[in-house]
Amino acid sequence: MAEEARPIVEAPEVEPETGPGIAEVLEVESPRLPARRGPGADELREQLPGLEPERRVTDWGRSERLESLTDRTIVDFLYRYWFRVEVQGIENVPAEGGALLVSNHAGALPPDAPMIAKAIKEEHPRPRPVHVTVEHFFKGYPGFAMLLPKMGAVPAHPANVHRLLYDEGQLVVVLPEGRKGTEKLVKDRYRLRRFGRGGFVEAAMRARAPIVPIALLGAEEAAPIFAHIGVLRRLTGFLYFPITPTFPHFGIPGMLGYLPAKFVIRFLPPIPTDQWGEESWLDRGLVQEVAGDVRDRIQRNVLDMLAQRKSVWLG
Amino acid sequence: MTVAEAASRAGPRSRRVLITGMGTYWGGRLAQRLEADETLEAIVGVDSRDPKVELERTEFVRVGTQHALIRRIIHAAEIDTVVDTRLIVDSVWTAPRVAHENNVIGTMNIVTACDGRDSPVRKFVCKSSAHFYGAERDDPAYFTEDMPRPHPPRTPIERDIVEAEGAVRDFAVRNRDKTVTVLRFCNGLGPGLTTSHSQLFSLPAVPTILGFDPRYQFIDEEDIVGILEHAVRENRHGIYNGAGDGVLALSEVIGLLGKPMVPVLPPWGTGLAAGPLNRLGLRIPVEMLNQLRYGRGIDNRKLKAEGYGYRYTTRETVARFAEHLRTRRLLRGVRQPYRYEREVEEFLRWSPSVRRTGATAGKSWRPSPRQVADLQKLLASIESRPDDEPPARVPSPPGDYDDLGADEVVGLLPSLDRARLEQLRRHEADGQQRPAVMEAIDRLLAGSGAPDGGR
Repeated sequence: MAEEARPIVEAPEVEPETGPGIAEVLEVESPRLPARRGPGADELREQLPGLEPERRVTDWGRSERLESLTDRTIVDFLYRYWFRVEVQGIENVPAEGGALLVSNHAGALPPDAPMIAKAIKEEHPRPRPVHVTVEHFFKGYPGFAMLLPKMGAVPAHPANVHRLLYDEGQLVVVLPEGRKGTEKLVKDRYRLRRFGRGGFVEAAMRARAPIVPIALLGAEEAAPIFAHIGVLRRLTGFLYFPITPTFPHFGIPGMLGYLPAKFVIRFLPPIPTDQWGEESWLDRGLVQEVAGDVRDRIQRNVLDMLAQRKSVWLG
Repeated sequence: MTVAEAASRAGPRSRRVLITGMGTYWGGRLAQRLEADETLEAIVGVDSRDPKVELERTEFVRVGTQHALIRRIIHAAEIDTVVDTRLIVDSVWTAPRVAHENNVIGTMNIVTACDGRDSPVRKFVCKSSAHFYGAERDDPAYFTEDMPRPHPPRTPIERDIVEAEGAVRDFAVRNRDKTVTVLRFCNGLGPGLTTSHSQLFSLPAVPTILGFDPRYQFIDEEDIVGILEHAVRENRHGIYNGAGDGVLALSEVIGLLGKPMVPVLPPWGTGLAAGPLNRLGLRIPVEMLNQLRYGRGIDNRKLKAEGYGYRYTTRETVARFAEHLRTRRLLRGVRQPYRYEREVEEFLRWSPSVRRTGATAGKSWRPSPRQVADLQKLLASIESRPDDEPPARVPSPPGDYDDLGADEVVGLLPSLDRARLEQLRRHEADGQQRPAVMEAIDRLLAGSGAPDGGR
């Protein structure tokens, strides 16, 4: 592909601060009562609820039954035969403790996060469940609200990420591009969007969890978007209403009509977040810098992988 | 806060407790629990409605939330701990105006009654609700105590609760020497409790909103009472969430109840659809609609870290409630509901004729505060009479001393001081000369080691 080699020249964007950041949400002293230091964070970590074997879903709403059902059928099919996922550097995913997996994001109904979760399940010597953060929008949309948590999705609230990383020591996938990544048109493929406001770096620093950048190839071609229909977006209340090879003319199932692009998932070496000392997340400059660095690493690796790729469909 | 300040907050133990909202389920249950504690000298309950549970030694005063009256009770009884269990957190049973009056104005009044430098109150415990946090789309999965609401409250009940907590916060700011505990409970569930959720779960099939399976947390009624009691025993300043361990999906809750889940409420225009259902008798309040859609989880770890052990997890709470639902029909009418009758209660509590058994056995009969006050008044009337006046059977105002039975007088004697006793002895000698009364007075006078004890 001709445009793949084109250098990405995007000046680092500086976003004005809007809305409360994680600092305001998590750490600020209670405005309700004169504050007093309560139990420490480690003390609280010991108080996590115990496991109840009779339960059918976890406290996050995750249903093992439904998950293993889809895992054995559709996800397995996509992983093995449709996308023929190739995994590189799986050893970079820590075997224990919390870790924040940061990936690029694309596709009308993005297949990237499930493939990352499946890759860890299949390839890692110590497979662990992965929590994927999704937009709050899905918690408010009927159907999605019911299904996504059961499949391991968690609303992308900084407090949720912190609890998963710090208290529960889980693997969390964040896709900092969010909808900016998924709604971009096919002509813009593999050009990473802005990485949010660096909230994910803050969350990782707070939890002292390493950041594992992931460069992922294939999702852009699996569900390319040719155009958006604004009127239908407003009518349906979706985040966006795309035209893909199979949607909307095949209806809702058409959302799952992926093209058989070859997937390559490359896990990059983890970036420890406790190297900048205590309360490094208060340094907004540092947070932005780290976020930019993570984005650059992913972008560079994506370009590198694209340079080596001979065919979109065969890899 | 420094360590020294924290230590001063640790403060002395509660001894004299006032419970507001005695007529609510929680006030009554808490009083029952506290009665068993011997170290508590006095338990006083106030409410405008009668208590719903049987009480042994708790004194009940029927009074609303007028702060002047409650202030007088607090000062007179030297109350050191006030527990406010009065908040209405379920809008099904109460009109919004009444709820507002009770929650906002009532809390303001109660707090005012405890305010001030001369107030004997050292600790204020407020039973609030997790409705404080609301239930919205962009909520965190677990609210911790220091998180503010992401959005301003939209339903009347939530608005009330936020305002009531605001009044408590202002009180805490004004009175930095007092311990203020705010307890935010998630939805309570239990055999003794009737809430909009227990009503919903009692239906043969549980209606839900199509396409949503919210996360739900419940706390057993025993744990709510337990946490209130914990707050009275310990001095914990600050906000505490109360919720059972574990967060269930609504589908799991309904599965535990063994009922079908029927998603009949439409995802759009849910409020409109709930209107006709209201008229059909299925009452779903607004704040519950938000919960049925988005659910809510609160972080209960702070309370656990500070020493409270929950008896039931959310799952066990639901399972216990399911057992109750299955046996409810069979047990209906077996036990008569308790009815408060003032005269009966006074008789049981203060009459010397009642044989004391069980917890109260062996304790000597104590006069009620009203009887003591009456006696003091009577003695005052005796005193005002000049001593040289002929000690005759002079006019007896109604309820005169001479109308009291010997037993009653004997019971009242220990509450009198020496001078009064001697005076009473003289009066008795001049009047009825009941041997039992004379002997008892002599015994008391002798016991106090007086040189002229027992003439």
